[in-house]
Amino acid sequence: MSFRLTINGKARTVDVDPDMPLLWVLRDVLDVKGPKFGCGAGLCGACTVHLDGQPVRSCRTPVSAVGTARITTIEALDQTPLGRAVQKAWLDLDVMQCGYCQAGQMMSATALLAANPSPTDEDIDSAMSGNICRCATYNRIRAAIHQVAAAHRKG
Amino acid sequence: MSDGSHMPERAPQPDRRLFLKVALGTGGALVLTAGMGRAEGRGEAALSAYVRIGADGTVTLQSKNPEIGQGIKTSLPMIIAEELDADWSRVRIEQADTDATRFGAQFAGGSLATALNYDQMRRVGAAGRALLVAAAAARWQVPATECRTDPGVVVHTPTGRRLGYGDLAADAARLPPPDLASVPLKDPKTFRIVGQPHGGIDSARIVRGEPIFGIDTVVPGMLYAVYEKCPVYGGKVVSANLDEVKALKGVRDALIVRGGTALEGLLDGVAILADSWWTANRARQTLKVVWDEGATASVSSEGIAATAAALARQPGTKVLRKDGDVAAALAAAAHVIEADYSYPFIAHAPLEPQNCTALMQDGKLVIHAPTQTPQAGRTLVARTLGMAEADVIVHVTRCGGGFGRRLNNDYMVEAAAIARQSGKAVKLLWSREDDLRHDFYRPGAFHTLKGGLDAQGRLIAWHNHFISFGQGDKFAPSAGMSGSETPARLVPNCLIEASLIPAALPTGALRAPQSNALSFVFQSFLDELAHAAGKDPLDFQLSLFGEPRMVGTDFDTSRAIDVLKAVAKMADWGRPAAARPGLRTGKGLAFYYSHRGYFAEVVQASVTAGGEITVDKVWVAGDVGSQIVNPSMARNQVQGAVLDGLAQALGQEITFRDGRAEQSNFDGFPLLRMPQSCPVEVQFVLSDHPPTGLGEPALPPAPPALCNALFAATGHRIRRLPIDTSALKA
Repeated sequence: MSFRLTINGKARTVDVDPDMPLLWVLRDVLDVKGPKFGCGAGLCGACTVHLDGQPVRSCRTPVSAVGTARITTIEALDQTPLGRAVQKAWLDLDVMQCGYCQAGQMMSATALLAANPSPTDEDIDSAMSGNICRCATYNRIRAAIHQVAAAHRKG
Repeated sequence: MSDGSHMPERAPQPDRRLFLKVALGTGGALVLTAGMGRAEGRGEAALSAYVRIGADGTVTLQSKNPEIGQGIKTSLPMIIAEELDADWSRVRIEQADTDATRFGAQFAGGSLATALNYDQMRRVGAAGRALLVAAAAARWQVPATECRTDPGVVVHTPTGRRLGYGDLAADAARLPPPDLASVPLKDPKTFRIVGQPHGGIDSARIVRGEPIFGIDTVVPGMLYAVYEKCPVYGGKVVSANLDEVKALKGVRDALIVRGGTALEGLLDGVAILADSWWTANRARQTLKVVWDEGATASVSSEGIAATAAALARQPGTKVLRKDGDVAAALAAAAHVIEADYSYPFIAHAPLEPQNCTALMQDGKLVIHAPTQTPQAGRTLVARTLGMAEADVIVHVTRCGGGFGRRLNNDYMVEAAAIARQSGKAVKLLWSREDDLRHDFYRPGAFHTLKGGLDAQGRLIAWHNHFISFGQGDKFAPSAGMSGSETPARLVPNCLIEASLIPAALPTGALRAPQSNALSFVFQSFLDELAHAAGKDPLDFQLSLFGEPRMVGTDFDTSRAIDVLKAVAKMADWGRPAAARPGLRTGKGLAFYYSHRGYFAEVVQASVTAGGEITVDKVWVAGDVGSQIVNPSMARNQVQGAVLDGLAQALGQEITFRDGRAEQSNFDGFPLLRMPQSCPVEVQFVLSDHPPTGLGEPALPPAPPALCNALFAATGHRIRRLPIDTSALKA
């Protein structure tokens, strides 16, 4: 079946099985490799992308369910000031070890900060609980989110 | 790895020495290559460093070891760049491909990279700096002693004249190489790069989502593959409905691959190749395989536990250590404490599932793999497929985590076999279910312990019966024990014996192999003994280590004492945690020495009336020598290792039924998440010893420190992992 998708601001048409999860349309059909495969069951968050700004697990989102929603992946994170602030905080604090989960972490963090510019630790626990970091860089992920929030407060 | 089973031989080779070659590269570049060679300089040179200084001043360094998130791709080049006095902003780092004839041992494991390379890398950098200074002095016709370096430039101190490294590279390349043994090294107090925090070399690419991991590999004409193996380890394919699978839309091929019997090698399976990975993986729902499951089909966790219980009633069949007379000492002891401990099999679960891309190209097999041991992988592929090693080329990609899982190259030999048999370029990707069901698990084990205290509460006897896995008297991979694990060597009467259960389950090294589990048993039991002796656990540990001295050739009790005292101060050990309504809170202490590192940790944990655990905070003091190369990555590694250890204790377990693993994804095998994470405060105790690695030694104390904290909070002793919270109810 043919689907018209808007990915990172560009219109793309794909002809795929309607059940194919968005993750595999992105990775194997469109060569958008930023979203990562970790579990295939919506348990780890490595595949997190935004649909109209909301974080979703693309491994559990059939392409047929995307509709007209705008898809944003890590590759377009730098297209907004908030996204650039998140990238900068991740680099400033040297968050990553293996780095594999961080695309998903950053997409979840950006969605959290867009909705809640000054999250508490409890807000962070809640918004980030679906993203596993096997290297357990959680101390720094939390600090990076707080850094973005603090920079935002300073204006 | 402490068992050495996966590691290249590390024995000293006195007839080999560090050599340096200086050459003029294209475009007027200075090229330095260094490595270990025979004293006569003939043949068999193993390269350990490659440095290129271009005419434009760019410094290119090759990182020879695989990057698995431990930061080695950044930290080894930092050491060269320091002594070279390079401008770090002009340094480029390339991942070297696998080439044993050039690079010698390339691997990630055992926290060995820093220990093995620190001195060598310094000398190579210093030699480059000496050449550049000599070239500048010649140009200016001044004595070299009047010249110094600033990052990337040579300065003539009396006149302030400056020449960039790029301007000097071609001249320097024509000079004779300095003697590496005598080349002057910097005073570490003047270091500008080493000891300063540096972000990971690939980090900027990671925040942009660039395709740098193994799973992101694309080669022309590539198909996507899955590989269905028997859920029972070592089972054989009898038949499969290949035609039905091949008829599915998007499926391009399906084939039976024949393997051998070694669990570390190629095993029987069915490969499905398709236009996308999802299509290939979905075709498994149609695939029907008749398996010959073999003898392992009767193995279960319950059966193993019953066998272990029977073995525990008999003497061990193997003696690992015997000091003094344990029976006599226990008979004479004022107090004897007995306890049984056990811990489960657990999986590595690196977040990037196993994958490998392989294709035949001009008679050679070209492989792209996220692996910790590329050379061993190449050997396995060549041997299994009957090819010459020279015809197998392994490109190393960044690894989305290793933790020891990628020391084994089973997925590499599978991709290679599928590519060769199908004649197609394939990217093999395992599902998470494949990963958790076909790991080389950290083996579980059972321990019976007896400890004897004298009238003054001193530990005078230690008896440990270790019930593990293996065939005959040979331990399964990573299922052994050294006989010198703390507190062995510190107790005058010590008997450590072992019995082996012959279950054919795949086992292997997990981050801090053996230590990660043994620490739980020994450090928890020492805590029991401290309480039985009526002593504070810190005082009990300090008195165990006694006078500062060397024990054996490697263990320095003063370093253990120093980290214990440091962590006690950080955690305000003598002061109980503040009481909070509805919570029982306690602090626990543990120490462990592994992989040349000394770590002491305190965990503060709280328990609700319902038994729910919150880890409030962890304090860590570690001694890994005189220099922390990259403090930012070092802290990150330690924090990650500690949280990794807590996650293991809190919920991780692989169980077996009918010869197969029962857990298949992160619902049944929980990894730590943000809400369970806690602050981890890290302090490095610098000591006058060569720097050693950090990937592993911070992990082992974490599980017992947590269990000891839970005892302090609730009075309930945890003797089996993972922790059963129902036993912690008020």
